[in-house]
Amino acid sequence: MTTTSASTSGAGVFDDITASDSSLRRFLHGLPGVDQVGAEARAASLGTRSIKTTAKAFAIDLAIRMVDLTTLEGQDTHGKVRALASKAMHPDPADPTCPMTAAVCVYPDMVATAKQTLGSSGVKVAAVATAFPSGRAALDIKLADTRDAVEAGADEIDMVIDRGAFLSGRYLEVYEEIVAVKEACGDAHLKIIFETGELQTYDNVRRASWLGMLAGGHFIKTSTGKVQPAATPPVTMIMLEAVRDFREQTGQMVGVKPAGGIKTTKDAIKYLVMVNEVAGPDWLDPDWFRFGASTLLNDLLMQRTKMATGRYSGPDYFTLD
Amino acid sequence: MARIDVKKTYKLYIGGQFPRSESGRSYVVNDAKGNLMANAAQASRKDARDAVTAARAAFGGWSSRTAYNRSQVVYRIAEVLEGRRDQFVAELRTSEGVTSARANAAVDAAIDRLVWYAGWADKITQVVSSANPVAGPYFNISTPEPTGVVAVVAPTGPLLGLVSVVAPIITTGNTCVVIASEAHPLTSITLGEVMATSDLPGGVVNVLTGSVAEIAPWLASHMDVNGIDLTGVTDPELATSLEVAAADNLKRVRRAPDGEVDWLQTPGTDRLTDWLETKTVWHPIGI
Amino acid sequence: MVKVPERATPFFEYAPAPESRSIVDIKASYGLFIDGEFVDGHGKSFKTISPSSEEVLAEVAEADESDVDLAVKAARRAYSRTWGRMPGSERAKYLYRIARIIQERGRELAVLESIDNGKPIKESRDVDVPVVAAHFFYYAGWADKLSYAGLGPDPKALGVAGQVIPWNFPLLMLAWKIAPALAAGNTVVLKPAETTPLTALLFAEICQQADLPPGVVNIVTGAGATGQAIVAHPDVDKVAFTGSTDVGKAIARAVAGTKKKVTLELGGKAANIVFDDAPVDQAVEGIVNGIFFNQGHVCCAGSRLLVQESVADEVLEKLKRRMSTLRVGDPLDKNTDIGAINSAEQLAKIRELSEIGESEGGERWSPPCELPSNGFWFPPTLFTGVTQAHRIAREEIFGPVLSTLTFRTPKEAVEKANNTPYGLSAGVWTDKGSRILWMANQLRAGVVWANTFNKFDPTSPFGGYKESGFGREGGLPGLAAYLEGDR
Repeated sequence: MTTTSASTSGAGVFDDITASDSSLRRFLHGLPGVDQVGAEARAASLGTRSIKTTAKAFAIDLAIRMVDLTTLEGQDTHGKVRALASKAMHPDPADPTCPMTAAVCVYPDMVATAKQTLGSSGVKVAAVATAFPSGRAALDIKLADTRDAVEAGADEIDMVIDRGAFLSGRYLEVYEEIVAVKEACGDAHLKIIFETGELQTYDNVRRASWLGMLAGGHFIKTSTGKVQPAATPPVTMIMLEAVRDFREQTGQMVGVKPAGGIKTTKDAIKYLVMVNEVAGPDWLDPDWFRFGASTLLNDLLMQRTKMATGRYSGPDYFTLD
Repeated sequence: MARIDVKKTYKLYIGGQFPRSESGRSYVVNDAKGNLMANAAQASRKDARDAVTAARAAFGGWSSRTAYNRSQVVYRIAEVLEGRRDQFVAELRTSEGVTSARANAAVDAAIDRLVWYAGWADKITQVVSSANPVAGPYFNISTPEPTGVVAVVAPTGPLLGLVSVVAPIITTGNTCVVIASEAHPLTSITLGEVMATSDLPGGVVNVLTGSVAEIAPWLASHMDVNGIDLTGVTDPELATSLEVAAADNLKRVRRAPDGEVDWLQTPGTDRLTDWLETKTVWHPIGI
Repeated sequence: MVKVPERATPFFEYAPAPESRSIVDIKASYGLFIDGEFVDGHGKSFKTISPSSEEVLAEVAEADESDVDLAVKAARRAYSRTWGRMPGSERAKYLYRIARIIQERGRELAVLESIDNGKPIKESRDVDVPVVAAHFFYYAGWADKLSYAGLGPDPKALGVAGQVIPWNFPLLMLAWKIAPALAAGNTVVLKPAETTPLTALLFAEICQQADLPPGVVNIVTGAGATGQAIVAHPDVDKVAFTGSTDVGKAIARAVAGTKKKVTLELGGKAANIVFDDAPVDQAVEGIVNGIFFNQGHVCCAGSRLLVQESVADEVLEKLKRRMSTLRVGDPLDKNTDIGAINSAEQLAKIRELSEIGESEGGERWSPPCELPSNGFWFPPTLFTGVTQAHRIAREEIFGPVLSTLTFRTPKEAVEKANNTPYGLSAGVWTDKGSRILWMANQLRAGVVWANTFNKFDPTSPFGGYKESGFGREGGLPGLAAYLEGDR
């Protein structure tokens, strides 16, 4: 196992790049461009893989293990979060062979409740922090938000970047904010949400990906789920290319999390095919790939039951939470 | 005592120069009455080869000129020809024995033909191009480009016939090697003098005089010639054998016409489009 | 970001996902389709096999000269009595009808094409058949609009078209030939390739189903001699051929001295040029698509990769990684990327040229891949360290074999790209707009794909410069190739 020091920057070789705003801009704008049409065609073609029988069963269980079961609503309550956490541990109460999800993902004020329910089950607690979803707050508030979540027991922090700063080209500001949040995370893992729907171009997605990796993120994540479009196959593909290339250059792996809009087993399997063929099979693991989703889980469970029983199931047979 | 006039030596027109045949050969050209008019250079296969080399060398520059510029150069040929019309009328009358009216009509038509084709240089692209609405996010256009080096067997009319076949070839950006009318070659060489003084870059038009049966097969089989115009080939067997030879590198072939061509008629655009290739370019449309 | 797994987690092995072949009904034997009927030929018959299994699929009649004569006569009759006199609007409706039936029977056509040709079902299903239908739709609409084609007020059909097509895109090449010919008012005698006759024969059934008047489309199966008989037939007015440059030259010689019009769509050795500022991941896709699409059996394949020296290592690294994900195998498996080589003969040629490539000093690489034991297979293959002097940089291999050369400047790229007797297609990958346009101007090729590759559309003219042939198929030039008019 290759282990690197817990340095905050992606790798020492990139120190020069992050030395100034202009050097960082030069680097990010020097990354190869992304042709929209070609990228979308490639993503679509990966979506035509036909995953059947044993491969499908494997993929469904893997996808369940990768779900960050999410509730991020103004109307969330402790009761709702407890129910969600129970579901994460026992997605299909009728079938003990059904794996647990990777994590539950909640607002910081729900972390303690989630943690309490999950106990030592192994299901992680992820908290969205840094003035999620807009990120429009002062840095010290974002850092306090992060620290609160970590103190309440969050294993993972899903932060949002300052898209305004990014789009106006103040890359170093974005970078430094990520570094600061990462420091506030302590031992918690950091996922960096780009809100790719606001970044508009795939070139920007690639630049944001590298920015996030340089700043030391453990995961790069597409979306908050509050902006359309959220995760799309091409956006996720660009990010998978970025983590693949980053490992090529630094030896370090970064995870990828598409979030929002992935609702069906069919969609999830397309993403897994993409992970397999673009980043490589090393990423086919909950440590390196997650789905930010809520309704996806029940569809995975229905398909799982169909595979086991040979008949189609219905929503009444799966829990609502 | 009457002044002894200075007779012209008719040579070849290759690469903007007027060389003799490398073979040192010439042949007698008589006027319509059977009297010696002059000796013409009798081009050899090596002259043909040199002419192809010159035409190839000129192709890059000529084809990359703007259409507007090519248009002006072809128009310039018309201007210079107009200025020397009396000389051409006289030569045509002597060589072909035609009336003054017919000789004048031929010169008029040759000048007008040059003007007509000159105007096409920056229009034919618009007539034959297309924007293609492909079923996908792609910008897609097709535009014409010149075929390259074209070999031509010119028809009998040494002025109008030759102008009618050469002008469309060069207007579209091609370069050419022309075998002038075997029986009446002299006016074609005089036309070469007009071209040489008309801003036309050397090598764009190369004029050979001599035996079609001897020279044409070398051009037809030449692997650096892209097209061949058989308009002036009157022997069907020769035409077929030239077409067969042309297949060696898949030259574009314009076959000899069925019967007599009335060169006084305004032509269509087919002599332009015969020497054009369609290039289609695709590019994705995205952000 | 703190660890790299020692080994891959359980491998995501795609289970077989075969498309059912029960949708097709292959007969034991096929006759010739002449004058609207399937008839016995006067010649022998030959077997067509599945290149992925070497299983015999059917016995097919080999048309001799007398059969070709009957077909041409039928076509002539149909031309002078029905099709040539029919209003364009009525011809259009027949072509639309054919297009619709092709869509309706698309799955059947795709499966049959993959069985007979060896190409992956994902290509026959997603490319060949949809583009075939699109061609008929496109040209159908021209049939009653010929006076708007820029060929004068009343352009005339040429008469009987003799058409000879290759085995790499059997149905698609049929569509490229038949759709414009019929729209313009011609009738046709078409010969599919010897190794891939089945979809053309199914198309004949579709003509019957569409009630197309007898003799408008005649399909004669056979080998080279049958093709020669079509080309040489004195009552054929137009010859259209897609195939090798050698045969194209023979056709050009055969029609010398006649009045036959000719369109030839021949070989190529396209350069796919990657600059250092290319959108590299899409360029890699374009390289892969350029040479491995249809097993590289593509006349416009990007068989010469020209990559700028400064990014050569990076591009080749990415290319190798991408090639490692290509799945070679059963053409009917929906996950197959590279199917079977079409014939033993073609496989031998690919092997021979690849061995020559090695012996001339090219460095050969293929990803590990298991090839089926029966049938004709060749792994995706990359040659590096190739120069213009190598035979694999000059000769058309017509297989999944890519030759890589490097360049330093745009000018050098153009010189190398154009340094070939062919001129069918070229690819350019760069993010700089003005350079794309400059390159597109400089490249002597009939199709230039910039930041994309191997795209086809019925509205888009296709065809080559130099020894890649002459005439265009697709778009308005493709229609004009079947019309006589005043320009």
